[in-house]
Amino acid sequence: MRAYFSRRFIGAVPLLIGIAVISFVFMHAMPGGPRALYGKSRGMTDERREQIRVNMGLDQPVPVQLGKWLLNLAQGDLGDSIIQNRPVSEVMLERVAPTLRLVILAIALSIVLALVAGISSALWRYSFIDHAISALAFIGLAMPVFWLGLMLQLFFAVQLGWLPSADMTDGPGSDPGFFANLDRIILPALTLALGTVGSWSRYIRTSMLEVINQDYIRTARAKGLREVLVIMRHTLRNALIPFVTVVAIDIPFFLTGAVVTEKIFSWPGLGRLFFDTLGSRDYPVLMGLLVYSAVLIVLANILADLVYGWLDPRIKYK
Amino acid sequence: MSQTSSSLPTDFFVSPTRVAWRRFRRHKLALVSVVVLVLMGLAALFAPMLTPYGMDDQDLFNQNAPPSSEHWLGTDELGRDVLGRLLYGGRVSLSVGLFAAVISTTIGVAVGAVAGYFGGAIDNVLMRLVDLLLAFPAIFLLLILFATIRPNVTTVIIYLGVFGWLYLARIVRGEFLSLREKDFVVASRALGAGAPRLIWRHLLPNVAGAIIVTTTLEIAFNLLAEGTLSFLGFGVPPEVPTWGNMLTSASSTYLTAPLLTIVPGVTLTVAVLAVNFIGDALRDALDPHG
Repeated sequence: MRAYFSRRFIGAVPLLIGIAVISFVFMHAMPGGPRALYGKSRGMTDERREQIRVNMGLDQPVPVQLGKWLLNLAQGDLGDSIIQNRPVSEVMLERVAPTLRLVILAIALSIVLALVAGISSALWRYSFIDHAISALAFIGLAMPVFWLGLMLQLFFAVQLGWLPSADMTDGPGSDPGFFANLDRIILPALTLALGTVGSWSRYIRTSMLEVINQDYIRTARAKGLREVLVIMRHTLRNALIPFVTVVAIDIPFFLTGAVVTEKIFSWPGLGRLFFDTLGSRDYPVLMGLLVYSAVLIVLANILADLVYGWLDPRIKYK
Repeated sequence: MSQTSSSLPTDFFVSPTRVAWRRFRRHKLALVSVVVLVLMGLAALFAPMLTPYGMDDQDLFNQNAPPSSEHWLGTDELGRDVLGRLLYGGRVSLSVGLFAAVISTTIGVAVGAVAGYFGGAIDNVLMRLVDLLLAFPAIFLLLILFATIRPNVTTVIIYLGVFGWLYLARIVRGEFLSLREKDFVVASRALGAGAPRLIWRHLLPNVAGAIIVTTTLEIAFNLLAEGTLSFLGFGVPPEVPTWGNMLTSASSTYLTAPLLTIVPGVTLTVAVLAVNFIGDALRDALDPHG
């Protein structure tokens, strides 16, 4: 088992290095490069441009720059934000908590809703509920995240006035903690959650149907176990094992969806940061976010493999 | 003893295409979707003939108007006819979706075929590269790219295409690797067939099904991606209407002109839905294990 773990982790290292290299290449391949920000400012003379070049270490040969970038990255130093003159990691850390709250709640919501929908569809196959859920699933898959967010915001906040439509807090200095202000987090979390509920519930349904016809379920029933236990203890447990991988695979969706959702709801998180810096072309921040999201995706995949291996005893002995 | 009254089947040879078509026909939703998409496509194509308004004709005395006999869907915040913009927007959105997918397919099949056919080191290197690039969310890269170089419609198509071939390459490569060892390929090779012939006449036709299905899903993804990019303001130039950027400023007028927010979104959703239904039906129809 440990061998399985370590193999996966070691295999990921070249991937992580590759991610760092690609980000570097990407940034420098952009027209104007890392200095694009300064290109058009007033009062920019050629002297100043040259000085900035030296300051940012851009006069060094490219391989040296790449080496420095990788070295810094390994120590957690992502460079400094050009606009704010602060380390990128600082800028990003400030915004991590809001995004974390949002994404965790969204994933939890989606799992709960998908479980309810998926199990109901499986148990009452071909019933009205099943078809209705399938229909909603399809629509949810086709709806653009930003439109869903817009419609939720406009309908529940603007039209009905039930929930606030923007921001995480009620005003400067009034953020009382992780679990407060739930009414503000509901709409953005729902927007993110509804994007995956559809496919997840269908997946659970299929998985449950596969398991429910297995012999060991029949045995459980024959043993005289109450139906509820049969479903909960045996069917669900086995059906959910592959579900873990599905959740992990969809993590990129939450990352990209967060950008749009945070923009629509003015949520002060990393997604908003990404969007805001796009306009100002603050490349160090953008690269930091890019590396962070790619690393997250790689880690999520590894985690999925590991959890799957842990949950399914048949894999442990490979 | 009863006598069989049925006549002998006259077409006992049915080509795979006909089989697939017959299976496709059974999916009513997909058939409806095809009709819907064709109608959308035609409407977009003949936009100039279907609406008297240009895509950018402003009428600042008539902003945010509700539907009327002159403006069937009302006007937007600059007085532009919504229906007209919807039709012209369809041109951009649909063509971006389609052509970017074509580019992705071409690149993806090429890379996947090379990796899958030659195997070994080439396969290793190519797939490592694909895995690496797959770790990045495409939307992020596209956003950064388009924030730097203000794109036009053609550029959007090209870059969406260039960023979307990874998934297909993996699939094609996988199929090639497994088909390579099958008897009919080995036999052809033994008879002296060279790489191009093998790839073109033997391997590709067997992967065609998976390619078609994946391309369809890619179209759906491109539609959504273009919508999102335009909505955020980083897609086509703002004067060019697309279903995405029609929604950019629509939220501020929700209470007075809800149609502005609802119509483009519904259209986009329906288009994506249709493509998804078709994709599902194609998957069923072309699946050899069906």
